[in-house]
Parts: sequence; structure tokens; C-alpha cells
Amino acid sequence: MNSTILDQIPRLPVSEWMANIITWLTQNLSWFFGAIRDGGSWTMDVLTDFLLWVHPIVFIVLLVALAFFASQKKLGLPIFTLLGLLYIYNQGLWEPLMYTITLVLIASLLSIIIGVPVGIWMAKSATANWIITPILDFMQTMPAFVYLIPAVAFFGIGMVPGVFSAVIFALPPTVRFTNLGIRQVDDEMIEAAESFGSTGSQRLFKVELPLAKATIMAGINQTVLLALSMVVIASMIGAPGLGERVINALQRAQVGPGFVAGFALVVLAIILDRVLQGFNKDKTK
Amino acid sequence: MTTKVEIQNLTKIFGKKERQALELVKEGHSKDDILAKTGATVGVNKASFKVEQGEIFVIMGLSGSGKSTLVRMLNRLIEPTEGNILIDGDDIAKMNKEQLRNVRREKVSMVFQNFGLFPHRTILENTEYGLEVQGVDKAERQEKAEKALDNAGLLPYKDQRPNQLSGGMQQRVGLARALANDPEILLMDEAFSALDPLIRRDMQDELLEMQETLHKTIIFITHDLNESLRIGDRIAIMKDGEVVQVGTGEEILTNPANEYVERFVEDVDRSKVLTAENIMVRPETIRLRQSGPRVALQRMKASDHSNMLVVDKNNILKGYVTDADVMDAVKQDKKDLVDVVRTDIPRVTKDTLINELYTLIHDSQTPVAVVDEDDKLIGIVVRGLVLGALVKEEREEELINE
Repeated sequence: MNSTILDQIPRLPVSEWMANIITWLTQNLSWFFGAIRDGGSWTMDVLTDFLLWVHPIVFIVLLVALAFFASQKKLGLPIFTLLGLLYIYNQGLWEPLMYTITLVLIASLLSIIIGVPVGIWMAKSATANWIITPILDFMQTMPAFVYLIPAVAFFGIGMVPGVFSAVIFALPPTVRFTNLGIRQVDDEMIEAAESFGSTGSQRLFKVELPLAKATIMAGINQTVLLALSMVVIASMIGAPGLGERVINALQRAQVGPGFVAGFALVVLAIILDRVLQGFNKDKTK
Repeated sequence: MTTKVEIQNLTKIFGKKERQALELVKEGHSKDDILAKTGATVGVNKASFKVEQGEIFVIMGLSGSGKSTLVRMLNRLIEPTEGNILIDGDDIAKMNKEQLRNVRREKVSMVFQNFGLFPHRTILENTEYGLEVQGVDKAERQEKAEKALDNAGLLPYKDQRPNQLSGGMQQRVGLARALANDPEILLMDEAFSALDPLIRRDMQDELLEMQETLHKTIIFITHDLNESLRIGDRIAIMKDGEVVQVGTGEEILTNPANEYVERFVEDVDRSKVLTAENIMVRPETIRLRQSGPRVALQRMKASDHSNMLVVDKNNILKGYVTDADVMDAVKQDKKDLVDVVRTDIPRVTKDTLINELYTLIHDSQTPVAVVDEDDKLIGIVVRGLVLGALVKEEREEELINE
């Protein structure tokens, strides 16, 4: 290639800058990340231990009952849930399933706890909306694998960096849908609330959030499924669970075990999705 | 009568160059002019009027006339750009959030075009809302809300959701909700416009009936002239953000302030609204005993009338004389009109509707006399006037207004 004027510009040391920032953060805030890592793994261990302590039969019965009510007492979803969970148990994947559920549960909860207030803030403040929207775009378009690197730098390997990267990856839909849901509330509802002398928080909790609930729930549904997909990827940095089995099979080119674990993930995804959607429909009627 | 609500020079400008536009508004430029110069839209342009305690004050205008913006400034759902809004003498425009909230909670309630009911709450919970945000405890607010629903005949529906009710019932709930915290002022924004015509008429009747016992001060927005005439004690007409005329329905119909108002009112069925009082004119009369046939003849010639009404010294109508009869009397050299007075003249009161006048005047050779209870003459209606009012000719100069 011929040398052009473009080649005269020295390469900007972007990767060095990023590396320096991460190094500085890990060195100076190691106490902070350490505390999160320790607290996080302790919480997740407790939750997983609890889930494993519950007898599989009890667990299956509870989930089937949940599916039954979520699907408005139809039989399709509960039967699928029953067969799916029996299959997972039968294939010896019960323990990895509990790890995966723990990771998804924690990542989703954190995403909701962070995402809903941020979404509300964006709906209320044009400035916040203007600043946060491009950050969300950045979070969603950056390839998911890239999050693994700072996660490892901050938290080492294991469940905590897995949850960290899953939260970053899964957060945007909850934020966006909460923002959208509140902005979509009919002007007349807002005027009605205001005209009776509601305070800001009365308006939010008595009118805006209830009316935005269906939209927010759709966002949460997305978040849960994204968390699940990221939890699988996070197995590459040592997060335990079904994803770990998939990665192992991939590395050894074992089609059989890979399919078995992969299919278990599909079952889990379908159950999560349909149960959440079912409850959302029920609430909006 | 005391003034309950008064607005002074209330102005709202939408858009970026608010200041610049406001200057132009003060200089008296038109809405279109200001839009062209600054890109700012004048929502309401120096509106001023007073609303009396206990009256139904209708603000009428076509869409885009600024009526909805105006009513929203009264409780500051829209912030005014300039001007004062006095409720019981306190300026709403200058209040802080806390004071404003108290006014909204205690003094002013609003009813919305699309009812503004919360779909996630039951009818009872909707009705309670105003009391709930005030922090009234549950038992008390339920009791008040149930009473308000009971007055509207909706108590059996209290546990249903708004979407289970018909439009008319939903708006009754909207009204019950607005009344539940016993406000002094009701703002009704196109409250009945989304309802079909028969239901709308029922709702208007219910509102009037309610008003007879409650005597609220009601500010009612509508684009429908018939609705304004039906329920409004007084009507303000808005155009391009300006209040172009304020008056009773009668005043606006008989004496439109400008061409716009005239065009606005032209599709009303005039014959139903106008009465003899609105179209009668000052009669040419002659006094019995005081004047004789020669004077009568002279005056008839001068005014080019073929007949003339005859009254006594107290202005009591005695009848009329025709030019032919008076001419005969002059020939016979009579000194008095008594012998030639005819009495077969139709008499009506000032409240007679114009379509009744139309049939009367059609069958009569003489004008119709308008008299009061004592037979005292107050005006006459001639054929041309009745037709003129019906076809809306220029008539203003001839009219006798109160």
C-alpha cells in the first residue's frame, strides 16, 4: 500500500489509555472491588446452596404451579415445564441449572434495581435522557465478550465477574422500557393527576408507574433473557452453570454433551420467558 | 355577585423566542405576524375577563383558538407567559408549588374531554383520588367518594374499571371525582364533546340540575355554540388566542362583536333563540286626545308609513290608525282620532319566540305590537324584521338592545 497523508498521523494510543485506566482502577480501588467480590460470592453461594438444598421434586412442583398460574390455568406451559425440568434432572444437569438460575436471578435483580430508577430519571429529566441514551447505545452495541476483560481485571474469575458483565449487558432494556413506559403515559392522565394536586412522588407511584407497568415488564423480560445469554458467555471466565458445560463441550468438540447442555439452556429460556410474559398479561387485563 | 375568578392580560407563548414574541404581543401584532417573525406561537393573547361566583361561564372557540390553553392556565397545568390569574383575589400565577398544590386540592377541580379516568383504578378508587392525595384517611375518603358516586347514580358500579362503563357513565364518574373533594371551582374542558348528541344533552341537563343545588363556579370549554347557549350564563368567544367577545348568549347572537363572531353564530337556528325583544324596533306612535287627524296625517306622510300606533298618555296601547281612515277624518273635519282607531292589532310579549311571530305577522296587515303586562307599548315588530332576523341581514342599527 502506498504511503498517504493518512499514514503521517501517528497512531493514537487508545488501547494504552484504556489499559492505564483499568490498571489505575484495579490498583487504587482494589479494596472496593474486593469487597464487592467477597460480598457477591458469599450471597451467590448462599442462594445456590439454598436452591440445591430444596428437594428437586419440591422445586419442580413449585415451578410447574407457577407456570400454571402464569399461563392463566392452561396446561401447555406447565406440561412443558414439568417435562423440561425432568429432562434436565435426568441428564445430571440439576446442579449446573441451579448455578445458572442463581446467576440469572442476581443479574436480573441488580439490573432491575439499577435500571428502573435510571429509566425513571431519564423520563423526568431531558438532560439525563440526553446523556444516558448514548451510554446505553454503547453498552448494547459493544460485543458482549469485551465486557469480560474489565470484569476479570476487577473481580478475577468466577460468579461475580459473570454477574458484573451480565448486568452491563442486560441493563439497557429495563432502562429504555421504563423511560419509554413513563413517557408514553397519556397526557390526560398526567393532567388529571396534577389537577388534583398530586405531589411528584404521588404522581409517579399512583399514576405513572402503574400505567407504565406493562411496558416496564416487557423490558424486564428482555433483561432476564439477555442476562441468561450473558451468563452462558461468562462461563468463559469461570462462571459455573450450564454454560460451563457448553464451553467444555465446545473446547473438546463433543457434540453430544454440548447438545444436552445447550438444550437445557433453551428449556430454561423458554420457561423464564413464558412465565414472565404470562404474569405481565395477567396484570394488564 | 362577587368575582370568583379574574384573569388579566393572560398570555401564553409557545416556542423559543418567548421574550421577543411577548414584545410583539404587547405591541398588538397578530398571531400570524408573530409566527412569521419569531417562529413562536401565541397560544393565548392578552385575555382578560371576570367570572362571577356561582355562574356557568363558557369559553367557546374553534380548535386552535387557545381555549384549552387558557383553561389550563387557570390551574397552571400550563404555565402562563405573562398575566395574572386571580382566584378569590389571590394570584395563582405568582404562587409557589406548595400553595398551588393546595389550590388544586381544595379550590379547583377539573373534568377532562376524554374523562381522564385512571384505567388501573376502580371507579371508587378513581373518585377517591383527589382526597387520597390530600392524605384523607381511607374510611373518610371512601365515604365521601361513595356519596359523590351515589349522587351521580353510579354507586352500583363502584368496583368496576373505567373501561367497563359507557362514555356517558365514565364522564359522570369524571364529574363525581371532581366534586368529591368539594371544590369551589370546576374547570370543564370539552367535557361533553366526546359523547354522542343525545347523551351530551342529558349530561348538560344533569349539569344544570346539579348547579341548581351546588352553585359552583363553573368554567366550561366547548367548541359547540348550541352547548354554550344551553348551559352558559355568560359566554366568552375566543379566536386566535384572543377573547373577542364576552356576554350572555342573547347578547352574542343579537349583537356579534365582529364578523368572526357573526360567522361563528350563523349556523345556530336563530328562530329558536331570538325573541320579540331582540328584533323589535321603536314604534312611531301618536297620542290619543293630544293629537288630531291632521297631525297624524302629517306625521305619516313624513315618515312614509301607511299606519301608526295609537297610545294614551301613559303609553298604553289603544290601537292603530291607517292613512286612509285618517284622510277621511280630515275630510270630515273631525278633531279627534277616537272614531277611526282600529283595535285588531296582534299583541305579543317580549318573550315571544320569533317563529311564533313569523306566523302571526304573516296573517296580519299591521305590525305586531310588543306590550308588557299592563298593555304598555314597548316596541313593534314588522314583517321585514322577522324575515331579516331569520336570514340574518344587517340589522344592528335598527335593533333595540337592552
